[in-house]
Amino acid sequence: MTAIVRRSGGNPTNAPDGGLCLALGDMGSSEATLSSAIRTETAFTVNGLRVKMELDPRESLLDVLRERLGLTGTKKGCDHGQCGACTVHLDGRRIVSCLTPAVQVNGQAVTTIEGVAAPDGTLHPLQEAFIDNDALQCGYCTPGQVMSGLACIAEGHAGDDDEIREYLSGNLCRCGAYAGILAAVRETARRTDPRVGEG
Amino acid sequence: MRPFSYTAPATVAEAVDALAASGPGTKILAGGTTLYDLMKLDIEAPAAVVDVHRLTEIAAIDTTDPGEFSFGAAARMADVADDPVLRRDFPALAESLAKAASQQLRNMATVGGNLLQRTRCGYFRGGPAFPCNKREPGSGCAALGGLDRGHAIFGGSDTCVATYPGDWAVALRAFDAVVDVIGPRGERTVAIADLHVEPGDTPQREHTLAGDELIVRIRVPVAPSSRGSTYHKIRDRESYAFALVSVAAGVAFDDQGAVEDCRIALGGVATLPWRCPAAEMVLTGERLTEESALRAGEAAFAGARPRAHNVFKIELGIRTVADALRIAGERAVR
Repeated sequence: MTAIVRRSGGNPTNAPDGGLCLALGDMGSSEATLSSAIRTETAFTVNGLRVKMELDPRESLLDVLRERLGLTGTKKGCDHGQCGACTVHLDGRRIVSCLTPAVQVNGQAVTTIEGVAAPDGTLHPLQEAFIDNDALQCGYCTPGQVMSGLACIAEGHAGDDDEIREYLSGNLCRCGAYAGILAAVRETARRTDPRVGEG
Repeated sequence: MRPFSYTAPATVAEAVDALAASGPGTKILAGGTTLYDLMKLDIEAPAAVVDVHRLTEIAAIDTTDPGEFSFGAAARMADVADDPVLRRDFPALAESLAKAASQQLRNMATVGGNLLQRTRCGYFRGGPAFPCNKREPGSGCAALGGLDRGHAIFGGSDTCVATYPGDWAVALRAFDAVVDVIGPRGERTVAIADLHVEPGDTPQREHTLAGDELIVRIRVPVAPSSRGSTYHKIRDRESYAFALVSVAAGVAFDDQGAVEDCRIALGGVATLPWRCPAAEMVLTGERLTEESALRAGEAAFAGARPRAHNVFKIELGIRTVADALRIAGERAVR
């Protein structure tokens, strides 16, 4: 299994149980505030790798992923559940990580955009379809769009263009790449399930 | 965000114990999509949080009893919206959930927590820069004389005109749902009609549950008009937005083709889920036509008190009622 931390700062150490364990100290300047709160031990997996940490219950899953685990593929847009940029999967279902207190995912499995491609780096067909269909401009919303698109297909909500649009409406793209995003999801859904029509 | 203590009881009994032991500053956390959001804005600042979002014993969806459907409070909005029996036999309920929020939020939010969703009034959410009697009792109301396009035209007071934002409760209101709650003093059942309250002089008080009472179940009697029902929601954009006007409507016909059961409730226009008995009476015993549906719509909006920027909601609302009745009528078994 490959390490999930792709940039320095997460400071992972091996926990006695073989899982990944991160120390609270890497929050830096927030330390003084955190010490007054009641910390809660939380264990979960991220992209298949076990994580165990002492969390302040105020911390969002989004902040834990980005600031503590160094998984910066998941983006912070509005931080209030309105834009979908922070979409990840929790036990296989898409959620917004900004409105999820990280302590709530105890015992559950988180999948982020970093866990979508194959271990050898081969992109998922939906990621390839985003490239083929020019489904991004600035790219900031793209990780959330891909996570949401994957779930949309898995849920069986990609039956036609109207349904795809409806079930991707929680992911905003201010560049306006919606036509390409729709095409990428439609194309991938059709490849996965031949019953899906032209839309 | 203010520090708070966090407990996640494993059972309803443990949750009741935790609530009994807790102080007045305790809040129940379920999906978190309202409470945690408002905590980030410092509008909610609980000293303690009791997390009930994974209490599986209150997450069951039961649509097997043809007389009454039952939804565990911790069931997710997405799961209830996708229930095939509900979609076929009670579309107003399924649509009220499917047309709310985004699939991500529907995967998180519970059908119990959704009932107590707090208003989206921008002055309430805007924080201390704006007076708000709901957030800070006695401070005033910036919406009175302010930008009030989204505000209520029914059920407001001199202290607050914030709109109740939910959809699910509007559909439940049209069909006389009840809510089972449990707390340290035992169990009780509250009619959905008695759950929410108008702002009056105390807009900070939005519902009749005590702080230590937990919603465990929502029960909805299946009505003759359940199958011929719809939740028709008009928004600024086609999806993922709060209602400008929404209508939960249900229609059933007698042997002669006259309406014998009619349900109309409004969302997006009132301070609480708004039932329209006068409009229902207009249609009862009559044939459903474009003309009679518009008359029902006019009756529904007869007592509206629009504000500076939302007069449009009356004409929009009348026509939305009529459209909802047409959709419901097409679905009704004749």
